[in-house]
Amino acid sequence: MGSVPLSHYLALGSALFAVGFAALLVRRNALVVFMGVELMLNAANMTFLAFSRAHQTMSGQAAAFFVIAVAAAEAAVGLAIMIALVRNRNTLNVDEVDTLKY
Amino acid sequence: MTEAILFYPMALVAIGGALGMIVSRNPVHGAMFLVLSFFGIASIYVLLAAELIAALQVIVYAGAIMVLFVFVIMLLNLHEDDLERPRLTPGTILGGAAALAFWMISFMIFADLPDQTMPVELSEGFGKVASVGRLIFGPFILPFESTSILLLVAMVGAIVVAKPRI
Repeated sequence: MGSVPLSHYLALGSALFAVGFAALLVRRNALVVFMGVELMLNAANMTFLAFSRAHQTMSGQAAAFFVIAVAAAEAAVGLAIMIALVRNRNTLNVDEVDTLKY
Repeated sequence: MTEAILFYPMALVAIGGALGMIVSRNPVHGAMFLVLSFFGIASIYVLLAAELIAALQVIVYAGAIMVLFVFVIMLLNLHEDDLERPRLTPGTILGGAAALAFWMISFMIFADLPDQTMPVELSEGFGKVASVGRLIFGPFILPFESTSILLLVAMVGAIVVAKPRI
């Protein structure tokens, strides 16, 4: 066991993305779906940092910084939407909130 | 050598926490598993010589964002019958299979990548606060200032959406 190759970091990133994607598709609780989105953003950060390390440039780290800031903004707005959802519809099940579908 | 010893257990913690988030029925347990996963991810960021981003991961993600999640879960005061029943429908099986297929295809692509070895020598101060800060406040100043506007808009938007009467 020597140093870890780039592909293992990328595979870890895609595994985290796949788990977040599965949470998005399988779970029906809006909060858990939202946590899956956060996990997918983290997986994107992982690939940014892995390539930043492999190419020895720090631009990827600056991009990861902005991803974290965007995730914070997204969490604030998304959780506000959940509060409005529970107040108006009294549900967190994404199957019951499908008015925009029709 | 130490990189491999630390990488694989921490990757296991990150993926195990993420899987625990999916399978736990109670959203509070899911949030705690996600915090565990974020700590594993932060330790892998340290291995990638990104100390500033690792610290931000713990402070912003595992700290601020997950506290906001748990706070909202407590505020909504969910009852037992609000939690979803675990069930096996064609949709869930298809969703899990799609995610698994995505991972396997991406793994096959990454395994074929040429030039996989990570460079051993890194420039002085790589990933430290000073050098990343010089980058963000230099070439990335426009995205940085846009982010401040984005955070302001998100703050106003969150208040407008969540408040019953304005």
